[in-house]
Amino acid sequence: MGELSAGVAPGRTSAIVEVEDLVKRYRKGKTNAVDGISFTVRRGEFFAFLGPNGAGKTTTISILTTTLGPTSGRVRIAGYDVVSQSSAVRARVGIIFQNPSLDMNLTGEENVRFHAVLYQVYPYRPRFSLMPEAYRHQVRDLAALLDIETDIFRPIKTLSGGTRRKLEIIRSLMHRPDVLFLDEPTRGLDTNGRRNLWAYLRTVQAEGTTVFLTTHYLEEAEGADSVCIINKGRIVSFGPPSRIKGELVSEHVVIDADDRDRLRAELVSRGVPFAETPLFRIKLDGFNTHQLLKAIDTPLSVVTVHQPTLEEAYLSVIGSGNE
Amino acid sequence: MNELGPVMAIAQRDFMKLLRDRPRLITTLAFPLLLIGVLGGSLQANLGRNVGYSFLAFTFTGVFGQTLFQTTAQGVISLIGDRENDFSQEMFVSPISRYSIIIGKILGESLVALPQAAAILAFAFIVGVRASAIQIGGLVVVGLLICLLGGAFGVLVLSNLSSQEMAGQIFTFVMLPQFFLAGIFNPIKVLPPYLDVLSRISPMRYAVDLARGAFYEGRPEAVHTVLDPPIVDLAIMAAMFVVFLVIGTALFVRNERNR
Repeated sequence: MGELSAGVAPGRTSAIVEVEDLVKRYRKGKTNAVDGISFTVRRGEFFAFLGPNGAGKTTTISILTTTLGPTSGRVRIAGYDVVSQSSAVRARVGIIFQNPSLDMNLTGEENVRFHAVLYQVYPYRPRFSLMPEAYRHQVRDLAALLDIETDIFRPIKTLSGGTRRKLEIIRSLMHRPDVLFLDEPTRGLDTNGRRNLWAYLRTVQAEGTTVFLTTHYLEEAEGADSVCIINKGRIVSFGPPSRIKGELVSEHVVIDADDRDRLRAELVSRGVPFAETPLFRIKLDGFNTHQLLKAIDTPLSVVTVHQPTLEEAYLSVIGSGNE
Repeated sequence: MNELGPVMAIAQRDFMKLLRDRPRLITTLAFPLLLIGVLGGSLQANLGRNVGYSFLAFTFTGVFGQTLFQTTAQGVISLIGDRENDFSQEMFVSPISRYSIIIGKILGESLVALPQAAAILAFAFIVGVRASAIQIGGLVVVGLLICLLGGAFGVLVLSNLSSQEMAGQIFTFVMLPQFFLAGIFNPIKVLPPYLDVLSRISPMRYAVDLARGAFYEGRPEAVHTVLDPPIVDLAIMAAMFVVFLVIGTALFVRNERNR
């Protein structure tokens, strides 16, 4: 959290993504895939859009990136309307799709060059050696960053899944987008690849790009500035991870004693609400762990402080049967 | 905004794809040669003497027009496959105009079709079809125009497709009937009225007829083989190109966004 926020320059709190009452119903759909959602993302933020499969994440991200038209509602990216000013929006966003969108017949460099020319960052030239010096320099730097100095000139097929993902991110940053959208970017990567990618995304954010991603890996959302949980097309929770956790799952202490009757009587006499599960579970609303334990005279055999995780918060709002 | 750069990049990508896909390169070259060699050869041997002109040359010009038209059309239709592989998303989320994307794709697929044209010309020469330098030059220019029409036709077909599976049916229902209605191997100088109507609405007919117009220019066989003067073919092709491209692109973009 701390290292993530470090990238946000002071004063850069204006909204970069504004969504108002967004509704999407597919032509053949019986229900709304996205059902009246509203939220904003601040400039420079690391924003996680969380939800089970079919919750409406990809639909939302498609509308935000102009590849899908909304049924109703309004979306603005960097102040531009996604429907009436779609070209201006496209110039300001970078997108990493759920499935790799690299051209397997081309080399890494050719994929990057294709993107750079498509966004008119550089003029068209048929060969790498004919491209402007600035481009060649940039590509060599990027290749060094990914440690693929020679592989970048080889067909994409020769690169690992993790490297391909990074190459896609590098490609999408060529035109310096204000917002980088990533739709489940870590899907299909192993733990190491995932961790690596995350470290890289943090450096991207630190350079001022707003990062907007969808995921269902909860530990990933834990590091975000804001989390928006969506289920069945509706927002069920929104805010910093700490607040979501606080609102949805309370911190509690689990205790037990050999003499359970005595402990139960003591808790009742002191007016401490508890639940027997069968251990004694005490919500810490307004209590402090230390004070509570000090007040109990019965010798305790078990003391566990339970810190809620985002996963529990998530499961409590979407229901565990949903995945 | 000048989008020539992106258009060129899209076109180059298609051409590179062909060069790096050896099996595809071989099949694209083999199919037209099979049509000319086997069909043209057998028709010439059995019927050639009766019709009064070379069936081999007739088939060669027909296959020349058909191949360029079909390769470009099917290449453009492959945008739907790209979409399912998520690569076309990369193009469609870029800020360039949708028309630039379509035009780049048509140019790219034309580049893919032209090596076939060269192979067909070379093969025709080997089997004894002779053409003057002017006729060959004419065929090259005409070939480019045919590619453009094929590409625009591809856009129109693409805009009415919803999936890759449907794209698989295209050959049977959209391309194959045109083989016969355009008269690639079969003379269509005389047709019953219902077939005549169908033939006249087949875009491939004008592509093939223009190729024959260029090849038979100044030859006596022209009366039996060429249907309309090249200028008529050209005018109809130009009109079809504009209509297909504009309607096709508009429909395609609309369908993409209003899923």
